[in-house]
Amino acid sequence: MANLHTTFAGIHSPNPFWLASAPPTDKAYNVNRAFEAGWGGVVWKTLGEAGPPIVNVNGPRYGALLTPDRRLMGFNNIELITDRDLDLNLAEIAEVKRNWPDRAMVVSLMVPCQEESWKAILSRLVDTGADGIELNFGCPHGMSERGMGAAVGQVPEYIEMVTAWCKQYSKLPVIVKLTPNITDIRLPARAAKKGGADAVSLINTINSIMGVDPTTLTMSPNTGGKGSHGGYCGPAVKPIALNMVAEIARDPLTAGLPISGIGGIGNWRDALDFIALGAANVQVCTAAMVYGFKIVQEMADGLSNYMDEMGFTRVEQIVGKALPTVTHWQYLNLNHISKAVINQDTCIQCGRCHIACEDTSHQAITSERDGKRHFEVKEDECVGCNLCALVCPVPECITLRSLAPGEKDLRTGAEVSDKHADWTTHPNNPMREASKL
Amino acid sequence: MTTAHQPDIRPARLAQSAYAQAFADASPRLTRSQTLLEAERCLYCFDAPCTTACPTGIDVPSFIRRIAEDNLRGAARTILESNPMGGMCARVCPTETLCEAVCVRNTQEDRPVAIGRLQRHAVDALMESDRPQVFTRAPETGKRVAVVGAGPAGLACAYTLARQGHSVALFDARPKIGGLNEYGLASYKTPDDFAQREVQWLLAIGGITVHHGWKLETTAQLDTLRRDHGAVFLGMGLSATHVLGIPGERLNGVRPAVDFIAELRQCADVSTLPVGRRVVIIGGGMTAVDAAVQSKLLGAETVHMVYRRGPEGLSASQAEQEWAQKHDVRLHYWLAPQEIVGTLDLANPTATDAGHVCAVRFARQSLVDGKVTPTGETEVLQADMVLKAIGQQLGNPLLQQAGFALQDGRIATDAEGQTNLSGVWAGGDCRYGAPDLTVEAVEHGKQSAHAIHAYLVET
Repeated sequence: MANLHTTFAGIHSPNPFWLASAPPTDKAYNVNRAFEAGWGGVVWKTLGEAGPPIVNVNGPRYGALLTPDRRLMGFNNIELITDRDLDLNLAEIAEVKRNWPDRAMVVSLMVPCQEESWKAILSRLVDTGADGIELNFGCPHGMSERGMGAAVGQVPEYIEMVTAWCKQYSKLPVIVKLTPNITDIRLPARAAKKGGADAVSLINTINSIMGVDPTTLTMSPNTGGKGSHGGYCGPAVKPIALNMVAEIARDPLTAGLPISGIGGIGNWRDALDFIALGAANVQVCTAAMVYGFKIVQEMADGLSNYMDEMGFTRVEQIVGKALPTVTHWQYLNLNHISKAVINQDTCIQCGRCHIACEDTSHQAITSERDGKRHFEVKEDECVGCNLCALVCPVPECITLRSLAPGEKDLRTGAEVSDKHADWTTHPNNPMREASKL
Repeated sequence: MTTAHQPDIRPARLAQSAYAQAFADASPRLTRSQTLLEAERCLYCFDAPCTTACPTGIDVPSFIRRIAEDNLRGAARTILESNPMGGMCARVCPTETLCEAVCVRNTQEDRPVAIGRLQRHAVDALMESDRPQVFTRAPETGKRVAVVGAGPAGLACAYTLARQGHSVALFDARPKIGGLNEYGLASYKTPDDFAQREVQWLLAIGGITVHHGWKLETTAQLDTLRRDHGAVFLGMGLSATHVLGIPGERLNGVRPAVDFIAELRQCADVSTLPVGRRVVIIGGGMTAVDAAVQSKLLGAETVHMVYRRGPEGLSASQAEQEWAQKHDVRLHYWLAPQEIVGTLDLANPTATDAGHVCAVRFARQSLVDGKVTPTGETEVLQADMVLKAIGQQLGNPLLQQAGFALQDGRIATDAEGQTNLSGVWAGGDCRYGAPDLTVEAVEHGKQSAHAIHAYLVET
């Protein structure tokens, strides 16, 4: 059985599945339940300054993008950082950590962008036994208007500055949580590293509005007729998060900086995607909010069985394993030829592949043969775009076949070459020398 | 054969409270949640097989997608555009042999999208809304059309013509219009007076004048209709049940199944309807199933449905057969009725039509070299009531007198229903080749209406 134990920025946990800083980690009651269920660690919901706690709305805090059968694809929230008293939170953190010494206890922090404020909150953590801190530079709503959260995360200089304060006033490992609401994710990651961060975590949520009520023409969710953009997360954001994780993992300036992957992780397959693209562990929130804490058991079991099957004994062996396959478009082999193949034995003849190809792509799928409904790829038209395989309702019914070198591409009439040739060398590229990055 | 058996036919076999449940909606409505889930199962097929299989060509994927998008009005409009009686058809169509039979989900999951139930959801929602009309009648054309028979064919024809701005005189022999929708379908298929509610919806398009209690009986009537109208559509159905041609057919307790069904449909309190303790239904179509199941629901102890050929020849669909079996109707195959036995001394053949039925004697048959051949065995089923569901015929001598070309006793027409008499169309059960489904009658009416419209515009 594979060992799921991981060490992330020096923090040990029995498995790579942590709960992200969010409503599920707001208080001892929830976190105890999470640890009972088997979570490897938590990032305690963000603490603010001492004094009167912040105030949340008393209307809907959440909105969702649902499939028609009401599976949740996307999730948005306007909840702020903890609205509980700082002392209470600190006492609970200390107590929970005492009771669960083998689990990772990381505390998320967000205070105004002043050295004194950070110094003060860090000093309060010393006696809690917390394993590390996560700097919330990501919250896109509510706190950002007050100069915190994403307002800091969008300015690399601030990130570097605050990170440096934290390293100066605390011995704990510092994880910097990044906002995706920026143009190039590498810049804040570089700034975090420059400031001395031990790790980064990403992504925080994405600015979003869920929709409009058709009857009242009011945005949703709203509180008494007015709404405000919220942070978007859940399965729908995973591809965005994966790209950002891979960007940082591939950047020579941040190479080796541990990454905690966040964004739409709901099962071991999602976790594997993040880990293979460079994350050393993962954080989960939305899936737990939909199904409860027990899902960690299926996640851990799934990952463990996968690792056994593949011959991995430790999670670290998978970290970044897929990164060498990520490159720039201009290095893709333009000599590689794929063609779609429809398995006639499993085809249910819905014709979705045909109409998708006919209307929107390359007119490469038939709709009949001998006067009968029949869907078959016309290899002389197919460019291997994969659309048909994606719209087909039957798993594995349509697949892409790679043509072997020497085989004839019926579309171009040319023989498939065994040589690699990409845009940097392509005769159609007037900049072919300059385009080599 | 002699018997002194006393017939047992009486009403109120069940507790009064049991009837409402027995005759409740056979296929209860889908909830909103079920509807959305089911709609989501539709794959929006290219050139959808369900649409091709629908006799009226309803754009099924489009109406289902509209349901999924919370556009029930648009869904209903899509349905009614192709089939103005989409509400009734959603209830009575044998969808398992039409649209749902060819749904690609059968191949994938062994379960089609519940097209019929979705269709009903959409049309019911429209009809129960405060704006039930979706079509506006075109400006009055000044053209007049006579439609004889207000069943599915006649109503569809009248509605389609009226929508195009023509004035329609709709004639029907019965007190209520609707034809077999009103008189010929099992109660549990169309509860809550749906047939009349649909008729009201159709008539609300405007331009249709209804003439009740009018029966086409003389050639002079037909001549008058043709003279006073730009075109005539005949959709009067079939009026006479076929004759078995065996002894005992006129015994008390022997009657056409359609009469039994009609009486039941028009009865305000079904507990007052007499039903036999033991009922034998002769026939294998949907009328046979409707009569058999309803006999059972009225409290009959044993109900036999007897068909002279094998199961594969039965015209009742698989689902209908299962419905019958679920209601404990006993299905018999390969039995041809030989004699209906009465309660009086039957040794004398001349006395066979006296008294009351007490049994039916059947000759067992089998297929020998592709031919139905008697095996020589006979079987007797005890019966207090015998219902004949062996099909109907035109039974109207006028048609021949009027010069209509007939085929197998029905009116011969072209593909759009035009008869050999100029300006006269026919559709529904009275037209030769009619495969006898409600939805096909509707399509007849609709097709002929389009042909009549083209004809009127030209003339």
